[in-house]
Amino acid sequence: MDLGSIFAILIGVILVNNFVFARFLGLCPYLGVTRETSSAIGMGMAVIFVMTMASIVTWPLYRYFLAPDAVVKGLELARILRTTSFILVIASLVQFIEMLLQKVNPALYKALGIYLPIITTNCTILGVAVLNIDTFFKDGKPVPGSYLGSIVQGFGAGLGFTLAMILMSSVRERLEMANIPKPLQGIPIAFINACLMSMGFLGFSGLIK
Amino acid sequence: MSKWRILKGGFFKDNPVFVVNLGLCPTLAMSASLDNAFGMSLALIFVLVGSNVIVSAIRKAVPKRVRIPCYIVVIATFVTVVELFLAAYQPGLYRSLGIFLPLIVVNCIVLYRAEVFASKNSVLDSFLDGIGMGGGFALALLLLAFIRESLGKGTLWGYKLIPGFEPAVIMILPPGAFLTIALLMGFFNWRKGRKKAAGQRRARKSNRGEPGPATETNTNGRDRN
Repeated sequence: MDLGSIFAILIGVILVNNFVFARFLGLCPYLGVTRETSSAIGMGMAVIFVMTMASIVTWPLYRYFLAPDAVVKGLELARILRTTSFILVIASLVQFIEMLLQKVNPALYKALGIYLPIITTNCTILGVAVLNIDTFFKDGKPVPGSYLGSIVQGFGAGLGFTLAMILMSSVRERLEMANIPKPLQGIPIAFINACLMSMGFLGFSGLIK
Repeated sequence: MSKWRILKGGFFKDNPVFVVNLGLCPTLAMSASLDNAFGMSLALIFVLVGSNVIVSAIRKAVPKRVRIPCYIVVIATFVTVVELFLAAYQPGLYRSLGIFLPLIVVNCIVLYRAEVFASKNSVLDSFLDGIGMGGGFALALLLLAFIRESLGKGTLWGYKLIPGFEPAVIMILPPGAFLTIALLMGFFNWRKGRKKAAGQRRARKSNRGEPGPATETNTNGRDRN
């Protein structure tokens, strides 16, 4: 896999198919954790980290155990459990990362720790795992360079999500001062913001095929 | 609580999308056409009812500390059932629902009802609650899809609505979804505010002489994750 295609994956997942503005994933943290820029950045970093880890873990899981021509034979029945095994692996991964961070790097744990538990049931993480399988496997066979591609896609999806969070939180800090009609205060105005921003992001749609 | 009230609550008073603001991702993503919206609603109702019933049935056997993983496994099982069923019998719908079908596992509505309602109530009540909440979700999703498809494509269920009507394509693109749900939420907030004001006026009129209603809760600006 050459640099050009890695760059294309990154542009595609950060700008063209941004997880929040084009795919509607991760709207709960997008609305809930964007009161302040600092917490938006913290949440974004935690998502980048967990997404990359999830991509690293779920690709081999699918390739070797769950794909139609998996390397490990004799698990035909387990193949219908793709969703179940993914969510269990992601949940235990997050738990493991939390414990590891607490031991190895307490400073980082302090910064990201509070966001890790709510990430488990965040649809972006399972979303990127399923999306990697959809993009990089054709009829159950991996396309060339698919492992690196899926890691890059996981990392880029996290970056795109962080970008959306930072944009939203910066706007929202200004919104606190603004004079908004009462029925539109809170979530509705946040969605109108998202509408305008996603219109802007539509402009990127011609960048890649 | 009467059975009827449990069933009805999910549709209007505690509507999961417009009042509690849960499950927004599939609502926005699947509302570009009534076809997809209908398929998504049926899938979610099935998973919600199934998981509510099972969670309520095992609620006394599950240790409190590991209840969330248990619920997730139950939900994932039902999602797998839906996935396999649609892949076998409705491959077109299966493709157009795409990644949002497996993502029902992490849909907040399902886990929220398991945790808040099914783990504390009887099987029959949980069954009704699942139908009510699923119905409320379906109602919101179909309303959104109705607006977006009729304005964005000029069609309903694929049938041309008004000949010669130039559709506004923006409505079926992502910005249209955000705009529609923002205006709908604003509309419901506005109606609630008016109703409350009217109720307070009535209350003041009926017990004149006594002090008026003591508390005025702010329903707007609610921001729940």
